[in-house]
Amino acid sequence: MSRRREREEFTSYYGRPILKEPTWEAADIAGYIFAGGVAAASSMLAAGAQYTGRPALERRAKLTALTAISVSAAALVHDLGRPERFLNMLRVAKPTSPMSMGSWILSVYGPLAGASAASNITGLFPAAGRACGLGAAVSGSAVATYTAVLLADTAVPTWHDAHEVLPFVFAGSAAAAGGGIATALAPVVEAGPARRMAVAGALLETVMSLRMERSGHLSTETLREGRGGTLMRLSKAFSIGGAVGLALGGHRSRTVSVVGGLAVAAGSALLRFGVFEAGKASTRDPKYVVVPQRERLNAAEAARREAAGIEVAA
Amino acid sequence: MSVTQLGMPAIGAPSEARKGFFTDTSLCIGCKACEVACKEWNSLPADGPLKLTGESFDNTSRLSADTWRHVAFIEKKVPAPASGGTEGIKWLMSSDVCKHCTNAACLDVCPTGALFRTEHGTVVVQQDICNGCGYCVSACPYGVIDQRPDDGRAFKCTMCYDRLGVGEEPACAKACPTQSIQYGELDELRERADARVAELHERGVDEARLYGRDPDGGVGGDGAFFLLLDEPETYGLPPDPVVTTRDLPAMWRRAAGAAAGLLAGAAVVFWGARK
Ligand code: SF4
Ligand code: SF4
Repeated sequence: MSRRREREEFTSYYGRPILKEPTWEAADIAGYIFAGGVAAASSMLAAGAQYTGRPALERRAKLTALTAISVSAAALVHDLGRPERFLNMLRVAKPTSPMSMGSWILSVYGPLAGASAASNITGLFPAAGRACGLGAAVSGSAVATYTAVLLADTAVPTWHDAHEVLPFVFAGSAAAAGGGIATALAPVVEAGPARRMAVAGALLETVMSLRMERSGHLSTETLREGRGGTLMRLSKAFSIGGAVGLALGGHRSRTVSVVGGLAVAAGSALLRFGVFEAGKASTRDPKYVVVPQRERLNAAEAARREAAGIEVAA
Repeated sequence: MSVTQLGMPAIGAPSEARKGFFTDTSLCIGCKACEVACKEWNSLPADGPLKLTGESFDNTSRLSADTWRHVAFIEKKVPAPASGGTEGIKWLMSSDVCKHCTNAACLDVCPTGALFRTEHGTVVVQQDICNGCGYCVSACPYGVIDQRPDDGRAFKCTMCYDRLGVGEEPACAKACPTQSIQYGELDELRERADARVAELHERGVDEARLYGRDPDGGVGGDGAFFLLLDEPETYGLPPDPVVTTRDLPAMWRRAAGAAAGLLAGAAVVFWGARK
């Protein structure tokens, strides 16, 4: 399908882009999305660990979640043109704005993750700490997936065209990252669930991103070619390599757990940067706007003609 | 804290007839009076050092945070008539502007409520609230609104909100010497535009068409719409833009499904693994 379209002629204004390129910095926004995924999946592991007697996994996952969400929030604020006005985010709650929803999600998740980590470290209020841990796991599921809506709810061709699969790509990627890091940090005897999460997450991430890349939209070119394509291929190499290593040797060897876990997490990070760069590339070339829209118009016109023709004939 | 609901185009209902622009490019002579008047009235800084693009008479190139009207120049080859003669050039000129969409993606996605719908039905950024998140920039299907790099905030055409408030027309419409830019009540402008297209078609100008007039279009119709003499993409306009938030309910549902799946998956990895 895409082969045919590549040769298609299209008109533009001196080849100039139609859309504005996203103003966001890759390190801030792709980094923000990655760190959010790490935090969310870590909170889920921590909640499981706290109820299944895995204190070492619990401690490490809670600290990872707190660190990651702090990094994430810092990146978000840093990316604003007016960081000192960050709190303006909280003057409205707009379901039509994923960024507004995200700010509220973060303002629920952040304190819960923080409180459960603090309780775990200090040993104070253990019951409340565990309750917060559970709350962080539940609200974390929103942290991990709303970011797909954040990107898809734009005019950026690659991101918007992927809106159906992207939440699943990002959910898999979050599981891979959180699972991978916990596998690398926790002792092997306690790391079983983290390892399974990393392997399953990497699998889901890979399958879903293949679906995204082969959806037939012209914009998927940017996920296969150029910088975006390179990052996506690297991501798969790390994710699959790491997952295979963990599945085969993770339960026996600490070294394999560390290397494999970090590889899977790196695969997740590369995926976020790949999707980010691909989206930017799709705004720079007007063909990703003009060609599909022109095809849609022509198809509608043909349908109208046909309908009119049938009416005349009848 | 106020809560806007999904699908609600604006905070507050317009209290008067919706205002708009009808830009009739068949009348444009490319004088750029609109560009200049806009810059002057709104005290917009220069876009940067003067550069010559070699793209006909257009050295502005695009709408930006500091350019809210942009005159496009297209030199289109006209093949020699079958009866003989030589190949010629047709000049197309068009003054582009923010479309003040009925379903405005920029307004929908703005997380601070800085972008709002005015009593005139136009879309305006409140500069004291914008925190420069840049979301509107990625959301606009026309590539209109942009961030000022030094300032960090987003800027675009306000349809001269300050002038409208005192019953004046926008500076660009006032300055336009050919009435290519017409300002008024949107309903009336639509009627006027329909009559103008019919007139042009009668005169044999078959390529005349309206762009952004149709309330059934992908953005629910533009508050600033156009009469064009060629395909929209020739002028750097998207041929069939759709507001991204149209798919937002579906996106939230998908994300909720993925979130539930993630939680279920997390429970499964602990299954039967009690130590
Ligand atoms: S053209 Fe773009 S900036 Fe203008 S109202 Fe529509 S979405 Fe907003
Ligand atoms: S940059 Fe300003 S106007 Fe644009 S979405 Fe963000 S807060 Fe709203």
